[in-house]
Amino acid sequence: MSEASLFVEAPPEAGTKSSRGFLLRTLRHQPAAMAGALFLVSMTVTAILAPWIAPYPLHEQVGPVFGPPSWQHLLGLDDGGIDMVTLLIWGLRTSLVVGFAATFVSMVIGGTVGVVAGYFGGGIDTVLMRITDYFLVIPDVPLMIVVAAIWGPSLFHIIIVIGILLWTSTARVLRAQVKSVRERVYVKRARALGAGHTRIVVRHVLPQVAPLLIASTVLTIAVAIFDETALSFLGLGDPSNISLGRIIENAFERAAISTGAWWAIVPPGVLVAMLILACSLVGGSLEDALNPRLRVAHLSARTFRLRPLVGRGEDAL
Amino acid sequence: MSEPLLQVEDLQVWFDLEGGGELHAVQGVNISLERGERLGLVGESGCGKTTTALAIMGLLPPNASVSGRVLLEGDDILAGGEEAMRPHRWVDVAIVFQGAMNALNPVRTIGHQIVEALELHNRGKGATARARTGELLEAVGIPAGRAARYPHELSGGMRQRAAIAMALACNPKVLIADEPTTALDVMVQAQILELLDGLCQDFGLALILVTHDLPVVAQLCNRCAVMYAGEIVERGPLEAIYHTPGHPYSRMLFAASPDLAGLDEPVLSIAGAPPRLDRPIDGCPFRPRCDSAFGACAVRPRLEQLAEDHAAACHLNSRVPA
Amino acid sequence: MSAEPTLLEVEDLVVRYPIHRGLVGSATRQPRRNVHAVEGVSLSLQRGEMLALVGESGCGKTTTAQAVLRLVDPVSGSIRFDGRDLVPLSSRELRPLRRRIQVVYQDPYESLDPRFRVRAAVEEPLLIHRLGGSKSERAARVRDALVRVELSPPELYLDRYPHELSGGQRQRVAIAAALVLEPDVLVADEPVSMLDVSVRAGVLNVLDGLRRNGLAILMITHDLSTAARFAQRIAVMYLGRIVEQGPAASVVRNPQHPYTKALLSVVPRRDPRDRQRPQILKGETPDAVAIPTGCRFHPRCPVAVERCSVEDPELAQPESAEEGHHAACILLAVRT
Repeated sequence: MSEASLFVEAPPEAGTKSSRGFLLRTLRHQPAAMAGALFLVSMTVTAILAPWIAPYPLHEQVGPVFGPPSWQHLLGLDDGGIDMVTLLIWGLRTSLVVGFAATFVSMVIGGTVGVVAGYFGGGIDTVLMRITDYFLVIPDVPLMIVVAAIWGPSLFHIIIVIGILLWTSTARVLRAQVKSVRERVYVKRARALGAGHTRIVVRHVLPQVAPLLIASTVLTIAVAIFDETALSFLGLGDPSNISLGRIIENAFERAAISTGAWWAIVPPGVLVAMLILACSLVGGSLEDALNPRLRVAHLSARTFRLRPLVGRGEDAL
Repeated sequence: MSEPLLQVEDLQVWFDLEGGGELHAVQGVNISLERGERLGLVGESGCGKTTTALAIMGLLPPNASVSGRVLLEGDDILAGGEEAMRPHRWVDVAIVFQGAMNALNPVRTIGHQIVEALELHNRGKGATARARTGELLEAVGIPAGRAARYPHELSGGMRQRAAIAMALACNPKVLIADEPTTALDVMVQAQILELLDGLCQDFGLALILVTHDLPVVAQLCNRCAVMYAGEIVERGPLEAIYHTPGHPYSRMLFAASPDLAGLDEPVLSIAGAPPRLDRPIDGCPFRPRCDSAFGACAVRPRLEQLAEDHAAACHLNSRVPA
Repeated sequence: MSAEPTLLEVEDLVVRYPIHRGLVGSATRQPRRNVHAVEGVSLSLQRGEMLALVGESGCGKTTTAQAVLRLVDPVSGSIRFDGRDLVPLSSRELRPLRRRIQVVYQDPYESLDPRFRVRAAVEEPLLIHRLGGSKSERAARVRDALVRVELSPPELYLDRYPHELSGGQRQRVAIAAALVLEPDVLVADEPVSMLDVSVRAGVLNVLDGLRRNGLAILMITHDLSTAARFAQRIAVMYLGRIVEQGPAASVVRNPQHPYTKALLSVVPRRDPRDRQRPQILKGETPDAVAIPTGCRFHPRCPVAVERCSVEDPELAQPESAEEGHHAACILLAVRT
């Protein structure tokens, strides 16, 4: 008897993919997403180190109003003679803080609603989904304007307002995923064994939906940054904190365009756009990797390749 | 002897793998099919039988590369790539995919889907196509009135019949059926096999039945080719393979299915697993699992004739008795 | 483990699923319809015995198994486990009993959480039921369970993820996870139908070995050949009822009910020369919503007579069958 009979079936091969390397592998496959991720990371680091790396003081005039770019001031000066690079770094900080914090709020609400609705189903699901629909239907920006106008502009208020408007898409996506995981045989088995709800959700459901939650979160950051920028541009932002939207608003108000001072208005806009783009690229690639149905079907281009036969029979390559 | 209807010569298929490397899924398959013949292509998951079937139809994904010849009545339809293959696809060679009954378009009636197939291949339009659809449905045992039903309104057996009707739309000469009865109950399976039997007789169809289920092949086909690790390890008339198997895998595969006729016999499982096809195989691919391997098996065996129509790739056949 | 030989006794089990009427249906007062999944099933399972519940899709075999596991609520009937009726018990009362009836599912690719290593998957039942003592005691139980399903040496498998294992190995891990609680009864729902042919016998032999050691197994399968080879008793179901049951060899070699005879005749044989005349029934099993009157099999029965559309036969002991082999058909002469 051959030695294979020692094993009932072949012993498994070790060292195949695990979930930890998943993130890196996904990004590595898509260079655009990798670039986006690096951009986000570097911008976050810049924002954190703002107090130390900003070249000039934030509130001091260091040159003429709308001074053009020069070697000392790479992006020129704004309407108050303040260095643009400094403004951008500090503005970036606020925008990112609001973006991340609002996303965190929305992730907590949306995650909880999505998991609870998807897991328990039935009446709870219906009630939660009607609430979600209600929030979905509300137009974001007008509501934010109204709330900001009534409640008063402060960073905290902005974060809350954005947060409670953005959770809906996360909730829906998660609910669908949780519903599907709940029907998987291993979850049913755990229930048949008598596992409690907490155990099932924590040990079986959450690990399955976590990647999707992360993808959804990244995409939400993009929207949060945009919403904050919009609010600040409309003058509803926190006046004591400089954000990228605020910079654009200032420049706009103080006639940067007619003066021809493009450096006061274009760079912050470009920076916001790049942040949103980076988030979208990373979130999008994570979503693609997680949802097999989003992958382009290979049915589209059904052309097999022919290999020229070199030699025949045994010599054939 | 007249030319065989379909001849597959030295078919090889490679799949490009993510992260480099290649999977050598089909490693030199030769098949010859006469008019009206039923051939069983048997093997377990991963042996390459479905890939072979798809390669004959030219329906492999873009990450596949193929070499070899597929001769349909003498013409190599593989050589010209997609352009050469397309006129023959469905018209001369048709396939009922694995799980076809679940792949019917859920938002179109089955009648519409068959009409679509007919119109795509210029076999009539409008009323002509509908009439032909009715004929096809009757031929597979579905009352013509059911053409207006949606797939979800039909049972599994009915859906499989509809998939077969679609494959027969253009009166092909060769029908490839990939696991046509796997997901079906045994009674419905018997109905479908009886249907395929009847269709082959009535329309002179040649049939390639791709399946892992040996007893099904034993019931419907007269010849069979057993595949393992991408190659055919034994082929010939079923009776010969059952009573005088030329390859240990064929023998062990028969022994692995419990049979109502032999309830007291032990049922064997084959230890181990098929070899990985992304690496070159050293010696006989079945050697690690074979119960009769010996020294010569370090060299990969080739298919050798054992009798008139019976060939097997195993060194045991040429072993000189001590 | 209890000392009683008859571990499980099901009597007159009835399970129905209501069909959702929806708002429009309720408003237009459409009659409430039910899927009559199980309509009066009685069976018993002894220690050290495998009972195969055989039938085609829609016959109610899976629902019967789910009722035994108390995953669905029966409308009526009793399910006695070790003398105690499970039907009226609450969730809390069932919990300690659940440990003693375990299940193995059909799909080896879905029944294990892909994120759990084998060690975690087999240990989980112990953690859920707070059994097994200390961590090292649990680890010992896990290793022991793996050895019993012939995944030996267990060290080779403990740290693997399911996707690194073959189908047969995964199924064995699922069985090990069921064994680790030392159950009295194992419900195996089509345990090998999704595995390759060459691997099935290995898993079935493992189950057979466990049975010889005292485990009672209720196997759900559509494969008569497997049932005939491995089970001690077979019960054939059709549209919610058991139409024939008895010792496996007797049912297979001397079938009494027309449905059983037809089923056996269409099972493909391996020997190409063994081409029996199959008795292929027309049509397919009807929906379990509108059950035919009288004998539920009569519309498709090749030997039905007029009385069959009126009388609903009970399981009885036919003259032509051995003791313990029952069938429900009015055409059979009954032993008095």
